[in-house]
Amino acid sequence: MEEKGFLGKEARGKRAPIGKVFLWGILTALAVLVLYPVFFLVSGSFMGKDELRDYLGAVVLGSQGYADFPLLPVYPTLCHYIEIFLDSPEFFVMFWNSVKITFGVLAGQLVVGTMAAWGFAKYEFPWKKGFFLVYMILMLLPFQVLMLSDYLVLDRLALTDHLLGIILPGIFSTFPVFIIYRFFREIPDSLIESARLDGAREWQLFWYLAMPIGSSGIIAAMVLEFLEYWSLIEQPLTFLKEKRLFPLSIFLPDITSANQSGMAFAASVVTFLPALLVFLGGQDYLEQGIMAGAVKE
Amino acid sequence: MMHGTEGHFRIIDGKKKSRNYKTFKDGKKKPKDHGARKNGKKKPRNYGALKDGKKKPKSHGARKRWKGFLWILPSFLGVLVFYLLPYADVVRRSFLGAVDNRFVGLKNYQEIFQNTAFLLAVENTVKFTAACMPVLILMALVCAVALYQSKYGGIIKSAFLMPMALPAVSVALAWRLLFHSQGLVNYWLENLGITGKDWMNTPSAFWILVISYIWKNLGYDIMLWMAGLAGISENIYEAARVDGAGEWKCFWHITLPSLKPSLYTITVLSFLNSFKVFREAYLVAGDYPYESIYMMQHLFNNWFRNFSFDKMAAAAVAESVILLGLILLLQKAWDSGVE
Repeated sequence: MEEKGFLGKEARGKRAPIGKVFLWGILTALAVLVLYPVFFLVSGSFMGKDELRDYLGAVVLGSQGYADFPLLPVYPTLCHYIEIFLDSPEFFVMFWNSVKITFGVLAGQLVVGTMAAWGFAKYEFPWKKGFFLVYMILMLLPFQVLMLSDYLVLDRLALTDHLLGIILPGIFSTFPVFIIYRFFREIPDSLIESARLDGAREWQLFWYLAMPIGSSGIIAAMVLEFLEYWSLIEQPLTFLKEKRLFPLSIFLPDITSANQSGMAFAASVVTFLPALLVFLGGQDYLEQGIMAGAVKE
Repeated sequence: MMHGTEGHFRIIDGKKKSRNYKTFKDGKKKPKDHGARKNGKKKPRNYGALKDGKKKPKSHGARKRWKGFLWILPSFLGVLVFYLLPYADVVRRSFLGAVDNRFVGLKNYQEIFQNTAFLLAVENTVKFTAACMPVLILMALVCAVALYQSKYGGIIKSAFLMPMALPAVSVALAWRLLFHSQGLVNYWLENLGITGKDWMNTPSAFWILVISYIWKNLGYDIMLWMAGLAGISENIYEAARVDGAGEWKCFWHITLPSLKPSLYTITVLSFLNSFKVFREAYLVAGDYPYESIYMMQHLFNNWFRNFSFDKMAAAAVAESVILLGLILLLQKAWDSGVE
């Protein structure tokens, strides 16, 4: 049998297979390609106005020829960041709106979703399976299907054009319930039973057993939901009319002038930064969270 | 195959166990049962015990039976108010006329299925799914198998996951500069001696969207496959290797069949994530993009702006029914594949 070296670990100690080197070469190239847009944005945000005009003139100004872009800025500068933070109050407003939406939703989910997940994981009640199925279906439906119903209820509650109109439906999103549920299921029943025998009340079980043991699941759900709500597009686009309520995630700066394009780069990077921090800090949890959804019951 | 059967047995086992548990709870009756068996009444007795188990809480009052539901209650009230009730209203509206709210039967449904924009969006969605799902799922599988348990896999895995964190607005800026008719991609192509094109305003826009989707979801799908790989026990490989199976044979006869259950979830999740490419499509090309990337969400947005709630309602109901059908169908196909 020819050794193709497909199972990383197993190939150890055998002759260095060409197939494996080839595969890793492709993987590395692919990874670099995947990261290029990120690199591109960061690099662009440090370029001065003149530099950007030179490189991107063809796209942003409509001059002849093609855009060209070096890997690193020749004359790095922080001027676009300074401009964003000091000279554009509307950027701050948008940033703040994003923070309000994201943390409002996460805080709500933390309370409501965790409790529901605990109920589904460790309690019996009539029609439990039916309820869970409803939650699962709601999790799987894309926004467009729920768009009109969302609008109808927000209209009734007079919450259109209000940040709460984005936050409240987000709090009751069923996705985190599902993720946290998977982690709570792992807690052994015997542990809960023995705690009950020791006289623990039900809320104590939740507070002292479920929360600490299931914490990685809760964090995983929060990381996933942070990334989702930080770059939320459809809901604010549909339900918010007033510009002062817009979050960063739907702020698309004008790039048709060289002055603006630098700002656009810096704005993209600033929008990306919180998500990047959460990603880097919570990558393990993120991976666990994704994997929790992978295995079928 | 073999492993699949094992999994199935495990599921059945689980069910049996929980049922046994219920009868066992009524343990007080066990000695009685014993006596009954001597009287040759074993079957109905046992049955009675099971039934008793179900009836028992009722005697303690419905309150105790629903006690566990209290944990769900806050969440469920929200779900009811923000999702279920308004959805019921949407179903009702899908049978009403737009102006006078009079019952019009299936007219709205007939209308959307004759609507060219709707048909275009459906066609694009189907094409899009057919084009990118197999590529994404296969690519992710190859990457997952290669990266799984390897020493340097972690860094590359992080690189593949990174696009998940990049907000669509940032992506859109990069895309607009890369795929502009005078943009960077064309510049690179020019250097290679190939004439580029206006990527976003020709049929190639479709392929740009396919690439963005794969770019964004590759890391996610790799993780899903890895979850499947983590579920395969090392012992099977050991045994196979003792029997002289090569790596390729191991992959083909152990890894792939064991990953079959993961395929269902990965397909469903990738399919549902595919609806999110609207974000990039919208941010790069606006409300009316090139027609090959006119997706369902564009159509819904445009209807929403024109207050065509009747069409929106009918389309939402139709789409949810189709999605639900697809999910259940896939699940069924998966379940039968296990046996």
